[in-house]
Amino acid sequence: MKEIEKMLANASLTTPEHEAQAAQAAQRFSAHAAGSGLADIGYASVDSPFGALTAAVTDDGVVRLAFPEEPLDQVLDRLALRLSPRIVEAPARLEQLRRQLDEYFSGSRRDFDVPLDRALMSAFAQRILTATSAIPYGSVSTYNEMAAAAGSPRGSRAAGNALGSNPIPLLVPCHRVLRSGGNLGGYAGGPERKRWLLELEGALTPRP
Amino acid sequence: MSAELKLSPPVPPFQRFLDTHREEVWRFLVASVGPVEADDCFQETFISALNAYPRLRADSNLRAWVLTIAHRKALDVHRGRAQRALPVAEIADVAAEDGAQRMRDEGLWEAVHRLPPRQRSAVLLRFIGDLPHRDIAQAIGCSEEAARRSLHEGLNKLREVVLT
Repeated sequence: MKEIEKMLANASLTTPEHEAQAAQAAQRFSAHAAGSGLADIGYASVDSPFGALTAAVTDDGVVRLAFPEEPLDQVLDRLALRLSPRIVEAPARLEQLRRQLDEYFSGSRRDFDVPLDRALMSAFAQRILTATSAIPYGSVSTYNEMAAAAGSPRGSRAAGNALGSNPIPLLVPCHRVLRSGGNLGGYAGGPERKRWLLELEGALTPRP
Repeated sequence: MSAELKLSPPVPPFQRFLDTHREEVWRFLVASVGPVEADDCFQETFISALNAYPRLRADSNLRAWVLTIAHRKALDVHRGRAQRALPVAEIADVAAEDGAQRMRDEGLWEAVHRLPPRQRSAVLLRFIGDLPHRDIAQAIGCSEEAARRSLHEGLNKLREVVLT
């Protein structure tokens, strides 16, 4: 009785071979969707001395770079909510950024040459972070100066908030902004990393 | 931050949707159109899904939705074959020669291939898609009662062909 149902249930193709084929088909799909502009956002994991960063790119440029502590699912959920749910994994689209980050971390690159998408920044944050992008490699500035450059000289706390929620750290070098008086100040990636980056860039002398 | 809270919860990022449903869509298509054409159908299914994705309601049944799309893509393939008047058995042979079709239950799937379209889809949506009658009805565009009947008739036919 019900033998045909049992046969169908047992023959439902749940073999490792079919799983692998499905995974490959999905990979082909993601690569195509990211390359053809069907998807709005492509993302990939990028290795760094800090661990695996998550990078996301739109047609306009890199829109997000997340430190290893932020879970991938959370990064993607927020992008889906704020920008678009049409998000696919797209390692090929992040290749240029991957290469430049490697060069930066090995000390052979001072400036990044990838387009940026500022869609996740408020208008105020855009002004602050545009000023931040002008701080050269090896130099530092202060929250006060960033606020003044953005046209709100008394807004150093607001400037600090904008820098703290920088969606594209490293590429927009918010680690180069310190508190007045030389205190390092906070960093979304942690103060130790801020120090590490400033030492890499030669703005700080390594501690003995 | 409060602006985020006011938005309704979105559909998941597409990659997560793809990873969650890729296996049942793949199995459905392999069983429905065969391993040779499954990949084209798979790509077309998820391209259609990606296009419609931002308009989707967050509380949609994503599994039933994507299997409905896969069902329609499979139907297109079967219509194309009917126009080319290629016997199903021949296709299965070609597939077997490719070495791609190494299914243990070839005879059973071949019998499923030979079912009329609606019965075939009902059987596959039930046993591979694991969908309830209501969702099967929605996928093939008929009443729940008609879906139940198609499934029943399909199973009877399979019983005749396979078990005798």
